[in-house]
Amino acid sequence: MAIRDKLSGNEAVAVAMRQINPDVVAAFPITPSTEIPQYFSAFVANGQVDTEFVPVESEHSAMSACIGAGTAGARTMTATSANGLALMWEMLYIAASCKLPMVLSVVNRALSGPINIHNDHSDSMGARDSGWIQLYGENNQEAYDNAIMAVRIAEHADVQLPVMNCYDGFITSHAVENIELIEDDKVKAFVGQYKPSTYMLNSDEQIAVGPLAVPTHYFEHKRQQAESMRNSKEVIVEVAKAFKEISGREYGLFEAYKMEDAERAIVLIGSSVGTAKFVVDALREKGEKVGLIKVRVFRPFPAEELAQSLKGVKTVAILDKCDGFNAKGGPLFSETTSALFVNGYTPLAVNYIYGLGGRDVKTTDIEKVYSDLSEIVTANKVEDPYRYLGVVEA
Amino acid sequence: MAYNLKATTDKPERLTGGHRLCAGCGAPVVVRTVLRALKEEDRAVIGAATGCLEVSTFLYPYTAWQDSFIHSAFENVGATVSGAEAAYTSLKRQGKINDNYKFIAFGGDGGTYDIGLQSLSGAMERGHDMVYVCYDNGAYMNTGIQRSSATPKYADTTTSPAGSVIPGKQQYRKDLTKILVGHGIPYVAQSAPIGNFKDLYQKSEKAIYTPGPAFLNVLAPCPRGWRYESPKLMEICNIAVDTCFWPMYEVIEGEYKLSYKPKKKRPISDWLESQGRFKHVVKKPEIVEELQKEIDTRWEKLLKLCGEA
Repeated sequence: MAIRDKLSGNEAVAVAMRQINPDVVAAFPITPSTEIPQYFSAFVANGQVDTEFVPVESEHSAMSACIGAGTAGARTMTATSANGLALMWEMLYIAASCKLPMVLSVVNRALSGPINIHNDHSDSMGARDSGWIQLYGENNQEAYDNAIMAVRIAEHADVQLPVMNCYDGFITSHAVENIELIEDDKVKAFVGQYKPSTYMLNSDEQIAVGPLAVPTHYFEHKRQQAESMRNSKEVIVEVAKAFKEISGREYGLFEAYKMEDAERAIVLIGSSVGTAKFVVDALREKGEKVGLIKVRVFRPFPAEELAQSLKGVKTVAILDKCDGFNAKGGPLFSETTSALFVNGYTPLAVNYIYGLGGRDVKTTDIEKVYSDLSEIVTANKVEDPYRYLGVVEA
Repeated sequence: MAYNLKATTDKPERLTGGHRLCAGCGAPVVVRTVLRALKEEDRAVIGAATGCLEVSTFLYPYTAWQDSFIHSAFENVGATVSGAEAAYTSLKRQGKINDNYKFIAFGGDGGTYDIGLQSLSGAMERGHDMVYVCYDNGAYMNTGIQRSSATPKYADTTTSPAGSVIPGKQQYRKDLTKILVGHGIPYVAQSAPIGNFKDLYQKSEKAIYTPGPAFLNVLAPCPRGWRYESPKLMEICNIAVDTCFWPMYEVIEGEYKLSYKPKKKRPISDWLESQGRFKHVVKKPEIVEELQKEIDTRWEKLLKLCGEA
């Protein structure tokens, strides 16, 4: 029987980590992810896990220590936010290029400057091309579930890549919600024992990690890494199916909400989805054909599936909780419109940058987007596809 | 057991030949001597910071390392190896591995004194059972001889060039060994590959087999950067210790102990004249005098710390 509890997102993730019982956790405090190593170090201090906890002196060292531990043969986890993720940047690429399974919980927070501790997606979106798989959770339950699934995805023989378990700072990380935990033994059985094929502490075979690769070999290294990312999509779906068997909860690459006959749609990520679903329900009550798509897997990007899901809409608004600074739109907009174009669908598309630095996202904001989409349908064109929602213009 | 060079060199090499380090480079001499201090039956995980040593010994698909080896980046070999050591501690405690492993990190002076100082400091402070070895060649040699905080004053480097107005680097060296002493770790030593390598071998043995963190700062001359003829490597090391430019000592649980006192201290001009990087100052008596004074002051302070004054 599932265990009903009331936990904050961070506490739920820490509980998942206790259940997974990784060999090494190396972490550094940064708001709003700090609670994860706090809760977890208590599990260590109370002998509830076998983990060696390494309280490093920076996030750069956190990721470096995780790379050292992972290549040595340990199941390894860490957590961070915003500037901490930025400080890890160099090592994110190296972890991925080492084909190193590892789980990093990214508690999404706005990247400085100005310094701001509240939620948006500028931290993990900036790391979208670092070679990590990225899962995004909407709420505490999903943060917990993704933390568990991430281990199996990362360690799958066809993947062998690090995974970011992303969820929204404060809104998800600190708010306490009802949650269903899975029994410890079921989680342990689900993630299984970590059995790396090559590792530094293998007495039968020494290995060397992190070579210099000149132009004769570098390209092939990257090509193989890219193949792992391509393979991961199928594995993510497979792992979700297995997870449903122990939890009853269903996960896909994204969730299509009331999209069957939708003419106007919104695509977005994270905790604002709850607000948006409330608006969809209200508009549906009025007979409006609206729906939304919640992207769960951003890396690998589910381009074909997303395009299929959007092919019937007249217009779509893509909401980015971070700016792109390319003067044309945010990353989710660029990737979604690219997916539509490549797959031959051309609904009228518009981008909204929203919620930066923890700016509240209200039902009225989402209502405005659907109302703007109606105008776009009427006009049958989009004149200014790069827009802002909820900002005070000077 | 008395030290015997032949007996130690009879052990299988753990850094094999075929690597691409320059003839006359001190780094592989230092590394091989350190690794000879490992008991044959002990396994090791070796880490290296980005630098000459790393790029010359592990060029895909070849490696010169017989032990498991990791390079991840420039500034983080301390943290990287600390993670591997944490994995060992965890897996050993859980009964998942049985062998004995030792953990050794190598970094050049750039990766240790400068960009890697924080990572080194953290690893030492946390008490990992590992040895960090700095092979100090006094500049960023891998990128083409740029000054570091280990570069001696007045040395001509590509970012502290000897110009018509400024005669090379304008700062004295950072005393990294003393910074590590300040960490209160069980074992800190400064050494150089001289004679039959006894000093470096024995310090390596102590560093590796003293439980907890240990730090070795080892002089590793660079023929390209220092501008000496390759065969002069060992001679240069001798001059370094005999002029007291590079004193050899150890600090065991905070207690200083001098390892070598030259019978006759050679003048610093011998050191300056042995290398092309000081060519522009050897004929400037006021600069030679200034450097001699600084060397003397540092040496006298060390003698006091070692109870030799």
